[in-house]
Amino acid sequence: MTKQVQQLDRVIIRFAGDSGDGMQLTGDRFTQETASFGNDLSTLPNFPAEIRAPAGTLPGVSSFQLHFADHDILTPGDAPDVLVAMNPAALKANIGDLPRGGDLIVNTDEFTKRNLAKVGYDSNPLEDGSLSEYRVHALPLTSMTVEALAGFDITKKDAERAKNMFALGLLSWLYHRPTEGTLAFLERKFAKKPEIMKANIAAFQAGWNYGETTETFSVQYEVKPAAQPAGLYRNITGNMALAYGLVAAGVRSGLPVFLGSYPITPASDILHELSKHKRFGVRTFQAEDEIAAIGAALGASFGGSLGVTTTSGPGVALKSETIGLAVATELPLVIVDVQRAGPSTGMPTKTEQADLLQVMFGRNGEAPVPVVAPRSPSDCFDAALEAARIAIKYRTPVVLLSDGYLANGSEPWRIPDVESLPKIDPGFAVPGQEDFAPFRRDPETLARPWAIPGTAGLEHRIGGLEKSDVTGNISYDPENHDTMVRLRQAKIDGIASDIAPVEVDDPSGRARVLVIGWGCTYGSIAAAVRELRANGRHVAHAHLRHLNPFPANLGEVLRSYDKVVVPEINLGQLALLLRAKYLVDVIGYNRMRGLPFTSEELAGVIQDVIDSE
Amino acid sequence: MSEQLNGTSAGALSLVPKTDVKQTAKDFKTDQEVRWCPGCGDYAILAAVQSFLPELGLRRENICFISGIGCSSRFPYYMNTYGFHSIHGRAPAIATGLATSRPDLSVWVVTGDGDALSIGGNHLIHALRRNVNLKILLFNNRIYGLTKGQYSPTSEVGKITKSTPMGSLDTPFNPISLAIGAEGTFVARTLDSDRKHLQSVLRAAAQHKGTALVEIYQNCNIFNDGAFEPLKDPAVREDVTIRLEHGEPIVFGADRSKGLRRSASGGLEVVNVADVDPSEIVVHDAHNPDPSLAFALSRLDSPAFEHTPIGIFRQVQRPSYDELMRAQIEEAVEHEGPGDLAALLASGDTWRID
Ligand SMILES: Cc1ncc(C[n+]2csc(CCOP(=O)(O)OP(=O)(O)O)c2C)c(N)n1
Ligand code: SF4
Ligand SMILES: [Mg+2]
Repeated sequence: MTKQVQQLDRVIIRFAGDSGDGMQLTGDRFTQETASFGNDLSTLPNFPAEIRAPAGTLPGVSSFQLHFADHDILTPGDAPDVLVAMNPAALKANIGDLPRGGDLIVNTDEFTKRNLAKVGYDSNPLEDGSLSEYRVHALPLTSMTVEALAGFDITKKDAERAKNMFALGLLSWLYHRPTEGTLAFLERKFAKKPEIMKANIAAFQAGWNYGETTETFSVQYEVKPAAQPAGLYRNITGNMALAYGLVAAGVRSGLPVFLGSYPITPASDILHELSKHKRFGVRTFQAEDEIAAIGAALGASFGGSLGVTTTSGPGVALKSETIGLAVATELPLVIVDVQRAGPSTGMPTKTEQADLLQVMFGRNGEAPVPVVAPRSPSDCFDAALEAARIAIKYRTPVVLLSDGYLANGSEPWRIPDVESLPKIDPGFAVPGQEDFAPFRRDPETLARPWAIPGTAGLEHRIGGLEKSDVTGNISYDPENHDTMVRLRQAKIDGIASDIAPVEVDDPSGRARVLVIGWGCTYGSIAAAVRELRANGRHVAHAHLRHLNPFPANLGEVLRSYDKVVVPEINLGQLALLLRAKYLVDVIGYNRMRGLPFTSEELAGVIQDVIDSE
Repeated sequence: MSEQLNGTSAGALSLVPKTDVKQTAKDFKTDQEVRWCPGCGDYAILAAVQSFLPELGLRRENICFISGIGCSSRFPYYMNTYGFHSIHGRAPAIATGLATSRPDLSVWVVTGDGDALSIGGNHLIHALRRNVNLKILLFNNRIYGLTKGQYSPTSEVGKITKSTPMGSLDTPFNPISLAIGAEGTFVARTLDSDRKHLQSVLRAAAQHKGTALVEIYQNCNIFNDGAFEPLKDPAVREDVTIRLEHGEPIVFGADRSKGLRRSASGGLEVVNVADVDPSEIVVHDAHNPDPSLAFALSRLDSPAFEHTPIGIFRQVQRPSYDELMRAQIEEAVEHEGPGDLAALLASGDTWRID
């Protein structure tokens, strides 16, 4: 049967099911197919809060949203156009986000009395008319899968489990996705279980054929590839990009990377990823706790490695004292904080930006630390390199502030040419160096020498006690302490002249309102600003890579607009810093829902500010 | 494991560069004024370490001392090597990172009873079980010296201090028992005042591949003076000190009239050598993979120091964490070739846009 093909410029699909239904895998595969087809894309996985929530319950729902388009896009999309709900719990948890008229694909096999009751449906929504506003495709996905796999020598359970591949096949047909990648993937994944492999491939193909041959779907959609700069691309998550950035920092500095880490959501994948790269000389140390993790990293830095520790907010709290020690001893160290919703244990699988003030100020004494933040999943690569560059050049701990959304979200990444990456010179002190003193600073950077054990003639002692300027000997001299506090601060402040000025995106040059953000809000703000401009409004957007020190031109930029809006997924932490430092009366927009902002809500907020001008 | 279980565990220093220059204790002194209270046991330990190190013949720049916080932890400032005076309790963690990434260094940790067993207890036990190539010198004065005299996790029950005017309530740790329980491969005890013994233990510790824990009974003459007096008093010390020697029957006393034998309960008991058959006297076996004897020896301690073992309780071979990590890296390089960044970045599913 030939079907009508309709062109779309973009689509947002959400796969939702029980955590046992393989929705992350399904989403990942669809993403890979989409990426290799050449669409621009952005993803938002949403993990269940509990690992083993009872099957079929609301806490057990896992979802994966994917936005793909024939043009460049900035966010995983506010609301899905298509919702795939594998069970009543997935429907209940997600239907509120599906706009009227949206496509809803449901697995009717799971809509049993018992499953409906589990999530509090008194009547079956597929039958009671409550879904009449949507285009419902009610399909017995499980039984069709089992039927398709009748000839295979596998258990009924294994056959049922392949239903996600049936769904993937159907959607792959519906959106004209290339299938080679998924077939190759299944062959790899089940290489050791050939019968399961064949069954999954058969389920995938059955789903595809179902779309093609039945009349349930009369239209097939096509989203043309996006025009993107030439190059080699891959899809990448934030945590993966961050791990690669650290490996790259090791290669480009010639330093062995030493990662000390203690598992914590959503940072653990960086530990997992780096553990695979031993051939780069990367050492990964799973410590007994976060304090040991950073301690070992600092010890490795003392010995001439690029010491790195990765964690989330609760772990940063434990590491604070050691970060202070790194400030006092002036050793390079990269501290990665993949933020999650707090306080305390908070919502481990949900995102937030509320650790900014913790990393800025959460230490005893005057203990300034540079802070660098990525703006998108792939940008985690560059941000990691930048954090390492600053740490090594200025002999200082640097915080890299990622978050749960960036960590697990993904987007296409144009793979950089290795030679184009910055080279980092560790500049070790050399044996027998004349007039060596452990705290004799470079006049330009104010960095102290990095004289590592094994360097003859430069034996010296460092520590957390206050030390004499230049000699590094213990000192309680009042004037010396004042000098040292100021020198440490001046060193960090001076980095402002070594970082790019903040760029303002203001195409018309007529904006009176500036929106400024940091971190993961980049996509939502940029998309909101685009929409407003399309509606004829003038608005400027700036996004900060460096939160400490701020770029040298930031004050001037802030003062050149009538109004400055600061959207943050916290109660106004950047806003507090901007007000304190620049005396600019910024307007905060703050919501903490564990999710990225939607561009629609930001567009509304910004429009109100513009229109109140 | 390829190596035999034997006492002289070659390898701990095999990757540390040696020097041809003859060294003396003076080479290991710094120009910094030593700031312990006059009479403090730390002076004796410092002098013993400084006069012992030349024996190893290592290049000074390849030796590191890492400490936590406490009177004892001031130690690195007085050693003309690389040194790191860190934060309270964390020295084993910091040293783990250093030792794991630098096989060419001889890494020593200096810590106190509070530093190692209170705030840093977690790091200590994990360093021991991992068997990182570290030599940990635990200066046990059974008191918090630096903070001016609160009881510590090794203080005897009922200790009257500023923070426990009616006596401390908690049962102390026995650091030797703790270290053996934490899978320590080298566990020893010595005394600040017995330089010869102290250096003999340091000698064995330095050569031990993996974590060596050396508890050093150290007198704090300001806040806990005389804590180990029976072990130091010439009039009684020989009667109450059990000097452990691997392979030797465990007998002690000025006239060597007392010995140890297995008790019915599975521990050890003190007997008059004359009263029992010589075959009943336990022979010390520090190299036994089974730690039961070493543990039983550690339980002989008593508040009154009636019979306190010193020397090497346990000394067994197990691959060290750092060498295992190195082996994994070498294996990865051997099997997959050295890392190629461009190939890594372009791994996985890629597509080209022209
Ligand atoms: C985080 C932290 N908590 C508390 C202290 C205070 N403090 C310093 S040393 C010490 C105890 C030292 O006792 P010990 O380790 O036995 O060393 P000693 O001084 O007896 O050699 C304490 C509680 C500190 N420096 N840091
Ligand atoms: S307080 Fe005690 S341990 Fe500290 S230096 Fe004085 S005597 Fe030594
Ligand atoms: Mg003490």
